[in-house]
Amino acid sequence: MIRFTRVSKDYPRLGAALSNVSFSVAKGEFVFLTGASGAGKSTILKLIYMEERPTNGEVRVGGMSSVTIRRRDVPKLRRRLGIVFQDFRLLEDRTAEANVAFALEVIGAPRATIANKVSRALTQVGLASKAASFPRELSGGEQQRVAIARALVNDPVLLVADEPTGNLDERATRGVFQLLREINASGTAVLMATHNLDIIRRSDYRTIELNRGQIVFDSAEAAKAAIERFAE
Amino acid sequence: MPAVRDTFFAFRRAPLLSALSITTIAFSLFAVGLFGLVVLNIREALQKVEERVEIRAFVAEKTPVEQIALAADDVSKYPEVLSVDLVTQEEALERARKELGEFRDVFEAEFLPPSLDVHLKPGFRDPTTVHRVADKLKALTFIDDVRFGEDWITQLYRLRNIAGVAGVALGLAFAAVAVIIIGATIRMAVLARSREISIMRLVGATDAYVRRPFLIEGFIKGVLGGALALCLTWLAIRLVSGYLSFQTVFFDQSIGLIGIAGGALIGLLGSAFSVGRHLRRV
Ligand SMILES: Nc1ncnc2c1ncn2[C@@H]1O[C@H](COP(=O)(O)OP(=O)(O)OP(=O)(O)O)[C@@H](O)[C@H]1O
Ligand SMILES: [Mg+2]
Repeated sequence: MIRFTRVSKDYPRLGAALSNVSFSVAKGEFVFLTGASGAGKSTILKLIYMEERPTNGEVRVGGMSSVTIRRRDVPKLRRRLGIVFQDFRLLEDRTAEANVAFALEVIGAPRATIANKVSRALTQVGLASKAASFPRELSGGEQQRVAIARALVNDPVLLVADEPTGNLDERATRGVFQLLREINASGTAVLMATHNLDIIRRSDYRTIELNRGQIVFDSAEAAKAAIERFAE
Repeated sequence: MPAVRDTFFAFRRAPLLSALSITTIAFSLFAVGLFGLVVLNIREALQKVEERVEIRAFVAEKTPVEQIALAADDVSKYPEVLSVDLVTQEEALERARKELGEFRDVFEAEFLPPSLDVHLKPGFRDPTTVHRVADKLKALTFIDDVRFGEDWITQLYRLRNIAGVAGVALGLAFAAVAVIIIGATIRMAVLARSREISIMRLVGATDAYVRRPFLIEGFIKGVLGGALALCLTWLAIRLVSGYLSFQTVFFDQSIGLIGIAGGALIGLLGSAFSVGRHLRRV
């Protein structure tokens, strides 16, 4: 699904944001990405949806490679991903329903199928009753659910979430996290960048920790190592 | 059409800038149009006077009439020549009396030589050809002198060329300004919708899809500018022709359409630059 091979990313002026990062994520997996502020979490996610290209190394996502992908192929990749942010990124002048439909309209989905898909996605995130509400009429947790519905409406194989609970209180955080678990349970891989150690501890999903642009801990590797140590 | 609706909103969002961009497109084409009309009218006038272009070759004293007739026959076989009139001394005198003044110097000589009046075929009435034929005639032994309206033909042609070049140059300069201004208005529209654009791109909209409404907006503004230019040019020629003694001509339909297409092209170019720059940066 995702494979990073010795990936480095330098930003002009700043220098290295990532250095020599390698990991992979399998189909249907749930992975936390954690680490201090500025460690490079968002950079990894941007490399995945090809908003940025690596300075060195290769990023492969869903069969596409950062080395060979052309600019005009990036939309093809994004149509297979769902992307969610801390700040929701909803259009304020559109209802919840219209925000979700927007994602289908702009990729030229057949008009007849849109209404159906939208109501299914809103139902999936538990917001069917708020379809006609505008973002300003929704709580933070509800707005994030709309954003998740928008990410889901095109049946992505991978959901990429950059601190989706960063702006939410504890209750809303748990609700959104629960929703992401359900989405994962139905087969979609989820990669979630978060500061929230509490929810990481509550679940036993794989966790990758970054520090200053390098992977300092990967629970999958740690488990492997532990098993190897145990076997000796 | 949502794009038309967007354009309408764009006008509401920035009415001044939108009006400005349409006006600059209109002015650039207006400049081209005015000079184009000057060219057109000069050409029209040239065609009328060209029909009257003739070369008068005066025959030397005491040339036998038979030889003149023979020569006239020869000359009429030149590829450029439409017809040759042989004007005898008597006829020349007759005509000179009627046209008094036009060939005063010859008339005053109190001797009117017979002449060959050579009319050229359409398409061979430009100064170079007239000169060439005149030189050929001059080379004939029994031809004394050759006259044609050399000066004013050349001048008219020169005027036409200058008007043409000035129109194109001024039009291009205005068009460049128009492209820049329409680029600026589209840029405002792009920035006003940059959030929407970033979301579109995130969910997988293609660049072409993002670009389209802005191109349509530029296109519509360009067409409006072109139409406005056509109206302005028409008004201008109406105003001016009141002071002119001759009948002025206006563009025909196809040239009018080309003008509007020019506006559309300016609008498209301006917005394509603007959106392209925005998309390259994000
Ligand atoms: N577009 C950019 N241009 C220059 N530097 C950047 C850019 N984006 C990120 N950086 C830098 O790269 C480093 C990694 O940033 P990144 O956003 O990936 O961190 P993060 O782990 O997501 O942090 P946070 O938890 O605060 O969101 C930071 O030092 C940041 O300043
Ligand atoms: Mg971040």
